[in-house]
Amino acid sequence: MSAVGPMGAGSRPSIAVLRAELDKRNVSAVELAERYLARIAAESVLNAFLHVDEARTLAEARAADARLAAGEKLPLLGIPVAHKDIFVTRGWRSTAGSKMLAGYTSPFDATVVERLRAAGMVCLGKLNCDEFAMGSSNENSAFGPVQNPWDRDRVPGGTSGASAAVVAAGLSPAATGTDTGGSLRQPAAMCGVTAIKPTYGRVSRYGMIAFASSLDQGGPMAQSAADCALLLAAMAGFDPRDSTSIDRAAEDYRALPPAAGLRIGVPKEFFGEGLAADVAAAVHASLREFERLGATLVDISLPRTKLSIPAYYVIAPAEASSNLSRFDGVRYGHRAADYDDLTEMMARSRAEGFGAEVKRRIFTGTFVLSHGYYDAYYLQAQKVRRLIAQDFQDAFRSCDLIMGPVAPTTAWKLGDKSKDPVAMYLEDIFTLGVSLAGLPGMSVPCGQGAGNLPVGLQIIGNYFDESRMLGAAHQFQQSTDWHTLRPPGAAA
Amino acid sequence: MTETAWEVVIGIETHTQLSTASKIFSGSSVAFGAPPNTQANVVDLALPGTLPVLNKGAVERAIRFGLAVNGGEDHHIARRSVFARKNYFYPDSPKGYQISQFELPVVTGGSVEIQVGERAKTIRLTRAHLEEDAGKSLHEGLATAGVSGIDLNRAGTPLLEIVSEPDMRSAAEAVAYAKALHGIVTWIGICDGNMQEGSFRCDANVSVRKVGDEKLGTRCEIKNVNSFRFLERAIQFEVRRQIELIEDGGQVVQETRLYDSDKDETRPMRSKEDAMDYRYFPDPDLLPLVISQAEIDRIKAAMPELPAAKRERYVKTHGLSDYDARLLTARHDTAAYFERAVTAGADAKLAANWINGELASQLNRDEKTIASSPVTATQLAALLRRIADATLSSKMAKEVFSYLWAGEAGDEDNAADTIIEKRGLKQVSDQGALEKIVDEVIAANAKSVAEFKAGKEKALQALVGQVMKASQGRANPAQVNEILKKKLA
Amino acid sequence: MHLTPAQLRRIAHLSRIEVSAADLDRLGTELTGIFDLIEQLQAVDTSGIVPLSHPLAVIEEMPLRLREDVVDEIDRREANLGQAPQTENGLFLVPKVIE
Repeated sequence: MSAVGPMGAGSRPSIAVLRAELDKRNVSAVELAERYLARIAAESVLNAFLHVDEARTLAEARAADARLAAGEKLPLLGIPVAHKDIFVTRGWRSTAGSKMLAGYTSPFDATVVERLRAAGMVCLGKLNCDEFAMGSSNENSAFGPVQNPWDRDRVPGGTSGASAAVVAAGLSPAATGTDTGGSLRQPAAMCGVTAIKPTYGRVSRYGMIAFASSLDQGGPMAQSAADCALLLAAMAGFDPRDSTSIDRAAEDYRALPPAAGLRIGVPKEFFGEGLAADVAAAVHASLREFERLGATLVDISLPRTKLSIPAYYVIAPAEASSNLSRFDGVRYGHRAADYDDLTEMMARSRAEGFGAEVKRRIFTGTFVLSHGYYDAYYLQAQKVRRLIAQDFQDAFRSCDLIMGPVAPTTAWKLGDKSKDPVAMYLEDIFTLGVSLAGLPGMSVPCGQGAGNLPVGLQIIGNYFDESRMLGAAHQFQQSTDWHTLRPPGAAA
Repeated sequence: MTETAWEVVIGIETHTQLSTASKIFSGSSVAFGAPPNTQANVVDLALPGTLPVLNKGAVERAIRFGLAVNGGEDHHIARRSVFARKNYFYPDSPKGYQISQFELPVVTGGSVEIQVGERAKTIRLTRAHLEEDAGKSLHEGLATAGVSGIDLNRAGTPLLEIVSEPDMRSAAEAVAYAKALHGIVTWIGICDGNMQEGSFRCDANVSVRKVGDEKLGTRCEIKNVNSFRFLERAIQFEVRRQIELIEDGGQVVQETRLYDSDKDETRPMRSKEDAMDYRYFPDPDLLPLVISQAEIDRIKAAMPELPAAKRERYVKTHGLSDYDARLLTARHDTAAYFERAVTAGADAKLAANWINGELASQLNRDEKTIASSPVTATQLAALLRRIADATLSSKMAKEVFSYLWAGEAGDEDNAADTIIEKRGLKQVSDQGALEKIVDEVIAANAKSVAEFKAGKEKALQALVGQVMKASQGRANPAQVNEILKKKLA
Repeated sequence: MHLTPAQLRRIAHLSRIEVSAADLDRLGTELTGIFDLIEQLQAVDTSGIVPLSHPLAVIEEMPLRLREDVVDEIDRREANLGQAPQTENGLFLVPKVIE
């Protein structure tokens, strides 16, 4: 395998480039997989991969080569991918970043995993994440934090922190992640990669270890909107095994319509005092770029932006407290070694298996659902949720897409915010409302802040408007090169 | 103890396992008796990442129930109902919550007619909702010490939980209600009613209050009764217990109690916690269940004729008494048997008498259900035709019936004829033959003859008896009477 | 909003998560912080607003899809029980439960 070309040292080929190389037979799926596995093995500091099984990966690569030889023409055939450890996989362990599932191997694959394998993708392994997808920095993993490849002392964002880190660092051209309150968008912004959280119900939740059922959505991370479009096309679609899965006529996410004529809503609440100056500057510059591309900026208001934080931190913990009750030490997962009776067995197993943030959210959730508090907290939060969703519908009357920052700051230093859970929650202010409303949201690299840290632009669409979002992002990426920038000391 | 000063208030919650092929939220089989955990798939085991998908068959059965307890009307079937999570930890509940329905159940209201002795009464229903059954715990027979074994085959079986208003005022009424409800769910084919296998489980909520008191007394819930007989005994014990407790100056504590059939008593459940907080909330993995009018109409059209309608028809069309009609329509299979017999040519009233009489007592004696009756409806009809055409007297027919019951002449529809032929049981109606026997009897019974001629009516019966004896019971009794009267005139 | 130790213990029990006496204090402080945050919801006037359980219901009510009543599972007991901490003869074992 040559030292130059698509997999030369420091290179970070996109899916499109890899597709061309595979189709021209310049490289085989096996060679590609070997190259990425070598990079993964050489790079251990990031702590991104929780489970790598080279034999299994190469077996998938050989299968992909056979399909290529047979003449199959699929956009993702032979392309490597890494899966967030929230997606269950046969063969590779699935831990959800938790001690509770440290040794767990699922007897079935998540629908997302099945679909990407059917599309010919080759799984490189399972990715670290905040425990049970709860967090904003990938510091809540039971298996150690993930580092941001742009600055190893900083967080990559969370909870799909490893997914973003591996794409940024060139350890995989693509990764899957999940987003409940911003967990695809925010790490993508902090690591300078592109991600899309689809409309709620587009991507099947079957096989996604549940955190908050009415908010969870799986989505792709890659280096560009064009790549994300390919991945979303393969991941999305009706699944009869998920009752919340949407049954809609197939859409061509790869159409990538241009941005000219678009009305872009800019919410004033996204540009208040909490927004860091370097982030604001990068976002404003990218909005001007869209104007240059033929779009019009429109001032809009999302008045209940701040309320999205308490609403989310009632609803998500409530659903989580119930979803995580199945981890009781009876049928799988961690069981304590010593106990006197059943209650002790369960309570101790759960105390030992869950980390601090997970426990806090379970307790919060139990409380807000409990007798006497349900109306004032849970029900009230669901009502505020409707108001927030209505705010977005009102806004979309005067614009086609909404744009703004993904997060108030760039990546912070490891350990800085992990002492105060609430400080962490406040970081999610721009992404939570989108999740509560079930709208699609993207993160697109749009600049660099202090210390050359990546800044992400959030693109929010109305329900089912992923095509338009991907198109606008794609056009932005054709006239800018933020998404091509690589972290220093990139992988060989 | 003066029970007459007390009023008993009983409400019943019944869990009926719906007769679907697969579970309510997964595709596992619900067949009874499989080896442990061989009918528990990844969804039933609540493995990480699994999700529920609702079984159409469970919904259809709930709709059928809603129609059946509302006289065929559909306004008590919720067009929109919601599944809710009932959160509690127990090893037989794999998700740590049960998917049930809370604020918006699929059926509200309705009523069940009961009969206690001669008295009819209407018991109102509060609601009926869909939910999933839990697994089973085994506490004995394990090699490992100090453990219980969990079998999740049953986890996820569809249940319809039916809640009555506290309208019952005695154990007898409670049992009548349970039996009537059992009749309904088996009638409309939504539940197989097998109480031994746990298909139909009743919990009784029992409280007492002084007659005239408007306020309800503190109630106790009695669980673990798996037969009507135990239900009656359990309630009776509990009523006595509560009354004695109050009369002794104590207070009834609200608790759940188990019925112990060996000791014939109820006792508090040990593991029961004070005020369980189930933290119900709408299940975010399931959208609201929407039932269309078209769906309801389709199910209504396919429903079997309900008991009340059948009763009316039997009385009107076949001239049956209300009592007979009620007995025949107590169970769907009894009514079906009757209708098959009539279709096969039996006289309706005769068939009713025989089914409610001879057949019923044989079934009772052998502890069989009508479905496993050795005598089919067609065979019975054939037998009854032989009474109608005077081939057999009623008495002879009963004898033939017993041979049919024992399986003589097997499955053939005309088994009765085969038996009559084989055993020569034809009623003798030949005038000449009968006259010959009568002559012989008259000759041999001068005393009775003289007594009859002297005015003693009973003496005739004695002579008839002798003729019957001489003919091995085969003489046509009516004809024998006539001949004797003529000859002794 | 401040939770008493008794309330904290009840929540811990309902959640089946053991909390040591030593940790109870710290937990109380952390939860107080979180509850102060969620208290903000109380100030919102939501009279006449219907709770939103399913996000897309704000544009259209999506009814629950039903599946056909067919058995589609074969016995995969070995695979499914493969991760169990303790089993015997195909049963999951737990500390003995007394009813």
